[in-house]
Amino acid sequence: MAEIRMEDITRPENLVYKKTPLMTDNILSYCPGCGHGTAHRIIMEVVEELGLQENTIGVCPVGCSVLAYDFMNVDMQQAAHGRAPALATGIKRTWPNRTVFTYQGDGDLAAIGTAETIHVCNRGENFTMIFINNGIYGMTGGQMAPTTLEGMKSSTCPYGRDVQTMGHPLKMTEVVATLPGTFFVSRQAVHTPSAVRKAKKAIRMAFENQRDKKGGISFVEIVSNCNSGWKMRPVDANHWMEQNMFPFFPLGDLKVDGKLVK
Amino acid sequence: MGELRLMKGNEAIGEAAIRAGVDAYFGYPITPQSEVIEYLMAEKPYERTGMVVLQAESEVASINMVYGAAATGKKVMTSSSSPGVSLMMEGVSYIAGAELPCVLVNVVRGGPGLGTIQPSQADYFQATKGGGHGDYRMIVLAPASVQEMSDFVKLAFELAFRYRNPAMILSDGVIGQMMEKVELFDPLPRWTEEQITKLSPWATTGKPSTRERNIITSLDLRPHVQEQRNIKLQNKYAIIQEKEVRCEKIACDDAEYLIVAYGSSARIAQKTLDIARAQGIKLGLLRAITLWPFPSKQIHELLDHVKGILTVELSAGQMVEDVRLAVEGKVNVAFYGRMGGMIYTPEEILDVLKAKIIGE
Ligand SMILES: Cc1ncc(C[n+]2csc(CCOP(=O)(O)OP(=O)(O)O)c2C)c(N)n1
Ligand code: SF4
Repeated sequence: MAEIRMEDITRPENLVYKKTPLMTDNILSYCPGCGHGTAHRIIMEVVEELGLQENTIGVCPVGCSVLAYDFMNVDMQQAAHGRAPALATGIKRTWPNRTVFTYQGDGDLAAIGTAETIHVCNRGENFTMIFINNGIYGMTGGQMAPTTLEGMKSSTCPYGRDVQTMGHPLKMTEVVATLPGTFFVSRQAVHTPSAVRKAKKAIRMAFENQRDKKGGISFVEIVSNCNSGWKMRPVDANHWMEQNMFPFFPLGDLKVDGKLVK
Repeated sequence: MGELRLMKGNEAIGEAAIRAGVDAYFGYPITPQSEVIEYLMAEKPYERTGMVVLQAESEVASINMVYGAAATGKKVMTSSSSPGVSLMMEGVSYIAGAELPCVLVNVVRGGPGLGTIQPSQADYFQATKGGGHGDYRMIVLAPASVQEMSDFVKLAFELAFRYRNPAMILSDGVIGQMMEKVELFDPLPRWTEEQITKLSPWATTGKPSTRERNIITSLDLRPHVQEQRNIKLQNKYAIIQEKEVRCEKIACDDAEYLIVAYGSSARIAQKTLDIARAQGIKLGLLRAITLWPFPSKQIHELLDHVKGILTVELSAGQMVEDVRLAVEGKVNVAFYGRMGGMIYTPEEILDVLKAKIIGE
């Protein structure tokens, strides 16, 4: 077998993939193996491919992705914990022709920001919401999230989530899918190449709906890993996610073109 | 002469917002200021000027809608009353930290807690000393008439944009609910996209290839950078303190005694002044118009002839602390207040003045 040399791989004619200029060159602050970076990249690729970069305003949350504005090369606002949908409402209502998206974790979107989430989805604001569900509070060191699974351990449920006293894991995506103001609702993952392709397709749909003024929120959940918070190696975390998270948070479209998927 | 109308204070806020070329109002109903959003909804400003009016799901949401739109360089405002304004405090802190211009109106009611729907001035501390977390300041204007409810909307936006800072109109249930003649200012057009990007080059309006991306944030985890951000804010506040103090001095030139008051209390104290002068008492009235920055120097300057000061507020005594700081112990500063929605009469104030200040 001929020897593979680095120079051959990096020759321009051999390039099969290039980083989108909509991702900055700043070094990602995420833990190695974390899904946040992949999610950032495919969102920015979609914005670039749809030619929306000059038109887009993003809102980042409080959570591990609080610094998303360091990595996404579009105009960005940083919201208080849970309030990104309210900021996005303020932007979209005053700039109806701009492309607006929020990027939020599960604590941000489904705990402290529940009211804002429900109400933008109920009013049918025309923007895109990306929801990273890693079942835990990553940024603050691995506390219980609204989406922490029954029996799953975290630093604030060290003996496992007891649903009798701590409540049940919340399927926020199922909740918003039932609201009349959502147009497209999908749940995806980014831990394998094929999952990334599907997730990117859903995100593209979510931005196209907004661009085409289909009316209503386009909402994409990404079930993701938090290997640091889960205290697992990245590969183990992905396996654990497939075995435990996906059965409770099944992947696929929940609502397309304003209609629930049966 | 501008158009004359008989209006409630709250309605004047709504009409002034449309005329000031405001792009959006976000709010949540609460007594005694619900007429602001009711007036705006009935008036359909989206047909008159294109202005957006939206009833939010809470004051938490309204202030954060204000944040989002203000961060794009738009002229945006909200209004509420005390319990609702408490809910907004996190958002105000973020807005101040991110240096965004916007206008808030607080038509104050009595507290603490759900308190009462009757008027009060007990939110002075919250408005002028913080309320939210961190070292920040809001520019605070205190209208004493329906006329000023209208005029100060325009003024508050001018100041907010001049300093990239939130400005608050601190009114109360008396001024919000009473009807008076008001001369409305001529309508200003809403800013065009070109005007916005020129006036506010920092705004997140979408990144053209000709500039770097704009980022609106209050965050920086590097202590030396966060300290610099704070120093920059404090330097800005020092300039505001130097340049933007506003007060009205009535009969102060020969005054031996002085009442310091703001808003509805100043209106009542003006009558006290008339009665006192008729009795030969040389009383003056200093009405604070900006509560932050506070007219400390203007009060201090009167001490060469003023022998004693009475501060009146519809609270347990909040602004009086700033008056005492201004006076530096040089003369006696007494306080008189009513709480829970009770309001003093001009005579009541005069009796207290005689007992606590003149009688000495
Ligand atoms: C008002 C408020 N409460 C609490 C916090 C602390 N806090 C910061 S991030 C966070 C949880 C973030 O979790 P999640 O949204 O799931 O995002 P992740 O970090 O997992 O990506 C909390 C509780 C805060 N910053 N502000
Ligand atoms: S703590 Fe978890 S969510 Fe945060 S960067 Fe690390 S792996 Fe990702």
